[in-house]
Amino acid sequence: MTKQQANWSPYDNNGGSCVAIAGADYCVIAADTRMSTGYSILTREYSKICKLAEKSVMASSGFQADVKALQKHLAARHLIYQHQHNKHMSCPAMAQLLSNTLYYKRFFPYYAFNVLGGLDSEGKGCVYTYDAVGSYERVGYSAQGSGSTLIMPFLDNQLKSPSPLLLPAQDAVTPLSELEAVDLIKTVFASATERDIYTGDKLEIVVLNADGIRREYMELRKD
Amino acid sequence: MKLDTSGLESAAPLFGVTSELVDGFSSAPSFELPVTTDFDGFQKEAIQMVKPARGTTTLAFIFKEGVMVAADSRASMGGYISSQSVKKIIEINPYMLGTMAGGAADCQFWHRNLGIKCRLHELANKRRISVTGASKLLANILYSYRGMGLSVGTMIAGWDETGPGLYYVDSEGGRLKGTRFSVGSGSPYAYGVLDSGYRYDLSIEEAAELARRAIYHATFRDGASGGVASVYYVGPNGWKKLSGDDVGELHYKYYPVMPSTVEQEMVEVAGA
Repeated sequence: MTKQQANWSPYDNNGGSCVAIAGADYCVIAADTRMSTGYSILTREYSKICKLAEKSVMASSGFQADVKALQKHLAARHLIYQHQHNKHMSCPAMAQLLSNTLYYKRFFPYYAFNVLGGLDSEGKGCVYTYDAVGSYERVGYSAQGSGSTLIMPFLDNQLKSPSPLLLPAQDAVTPLSELEAVDLIKTVFASATERDIYTGDKLEIVVLNADGIRREYMELRKD
Repeated sequence: MKLDTSGLESAAPLFGVTSELVDGFSSAPSFELPVTTDFDGFQKEAIQMVKPARGTTTLAFIFKEGVMVAADSRASMGGYISSQSVKKIIEINPYMLGTMAGGAADCQFWHRNLGIKCRLHELANKRRISVTGASKLLANILYSYRGMGLSVGTMIAGWDETGPGLYYVDSEGGRLKGTRFSVGSGSPYAYGVLDSGYRYDLSIEEAAELARRAIYHATFRDGASGGVASVYYVGPNGWKKLSGDDVGELHYKYYPVMPSTVEQEMVEVAGA
């Protein structure tokens, strides 16, 4: 008698793309708002962006149920931290917390591709990019999700800066201004929408800077 | 004085134990496991779907002056290059380094965990941990997760009371003491250059140059290796980063274009 195989999978892919760009004193995090399953669209207005702390915003694509669970978990841990330390978590601390949280599910991973953006303790923009099991790295810009293979090469072309591993060290922050970065994001999503079926409908942009947090929307193609 | 036997405690996950994330570093972290009859099949499927980042060419060797450690910086997710700037040489503490090859998250997490354990050892025993001890701690943990799909091929390099030390530790549970190792998909190429150029009495600059060349040649021939070649030196005063060079630029240094004699110049074709 042959071994019984599972006839369902605990995972699904809801698609979508997320991008974040770090600047000298700002950070832009953006994601489309389409949620799909297979060839169907579940909704055109689902936000993939979540504010985890005062200066940390996460955008995640992949399986949104896992993303929701992950966001809840991190929000709870952040609340505990606030009670224990009487302050908000810094972005680098939240970055490591996210990495550990993802790795604790190493044998039953969160199917979530995350990009964390925010301001570090000096007020400079920082972006952390993750794989699904928690390996992470601080970078100047990143894209994750179904459109990432279309978006990343374009961002490399426009924003590529010297690697932080080079010795003597060279500064790695994007030289763009905030308005230029937001404009670049809009361009990038318009292009990704053209060629990725899972990206489209509406673009949600969150900008973090010293003045606080600001949200912006742009319509994308709905086909 | 009570002996610290925390290193001997079993690190394997216990079925049915919920993960307690608030503490959990004196014993090994406990992981949530999927409830399934076919653990291996599920892991294979999950890994294929999720495609965690993997890293590639690293090398280390002991010579007269200490230990030389070098690595590339490319991480790939399937066939996609997810990053060209991954730190594959992990600074466990000021006199010990670990290298990353295999699963990026696995190496990052367990090296961080090892760093914590080494610090706890220092606090409990009022002296630094030896390279032998640190590598054993890591090997024991990886052995207890053997068969569960972790992918770690790492070298622990450091300088302790007995001098320079180098161990290779992997996720199969293997732990080898040695003087020359290269780990990763680009390692055959790196070994070729490393083995032919190695001498015990190299100077620091010569050893660094040998390590850099070996990494460069591996990145040239192996598609999964690339980015920046980093070279670290571990001496009696701890480790020091010696160089970080983009391998694209190293190419022009090691493979200079030789002007070839021109036999016949191309002539313009007369309009048809």
